[in-house]
Amino acid sequence: MEFDKVFDASGLACPLPIVKTKKALSDMTSGQVLRVVSTDSGSVSDMAAFAEQTGNALLSSAEEGGKYVFFLKKA
Amino acid sequence: MAVKKMAIIATKGALDMAYPPLILASTAAALGWEVQIFFTFYGLQLLRKDLSGIAISPIGNPAMPMPVPMPVVVAMLPGMEAMATSMMKAKMKKKGVASLTELRDLCQEAEVKFIACQMTVDLFDFEKSDFIDGIEYGGAATFMKFAGETDVCLFI
Repeated sequence: MEFDKVFDASGLACPLPIVKTKKALSDMTSGQVLRVVSTDSGSVSDMAAFAEQTGNALLSSAEEGGKYVFFLKKA
Repeated sequence: MAVKKMAIIATKGALDMAYPPLILASTAAALGWEVQIFFTFYGLQLLRKDLSGIAISPIGNPAMPMPVPMPVVVAMLPGMEAMATSMMKAKMKKKGVASLTELRDLCQEAEVKFIACQMTVDLFDFEKSDFIDGIEYGGAATFMKFAGETDVCLFI
């Protein structure tokens, strides 16, 4: 999947993956895609909740090489 | 959909209880909620410029996971509180948990409103210069106004 920016949250624990994803999205423009990598298993459901609450679409959520990879589209 | 609101009353100042208000507030703010935290009693310690004094005691915390079983008569020895605190901090750092200062900065960046209880400041003769900038001072009635309009109101 194509993306405009990457945020690597590897090694960070709750709430940092979500809080810093929000920050990473804030200087992107509408329609751009952010790729987030996380090692926190809790971030899987957190990212879905974040997408639902903020209106930023969660394009995909998958496991890749032992990490969790998300693609979010800025609303 | 109207913006969700959350009020937190933070009354504790030990290392373990410092995290819940800051984590919940920063997360809610990241989700677009409007959040205010009222720091009162020992919670006021979380507004100090220097948070290095925030500690955790091995005494009176029977639910604290310990590497070895520790009777109270050992836990009370000089230096044990400092050891418990530094072990807890080291564990948090290793597991990628944010420091209190980082979480607090994230909250302020996300425009979480911090209100310091004026009564507690007077009670313990604290100085405003001990506390960080960007906070308001108020009483319970001030806070009740916002608290009454919230979707989630927590006492921590």
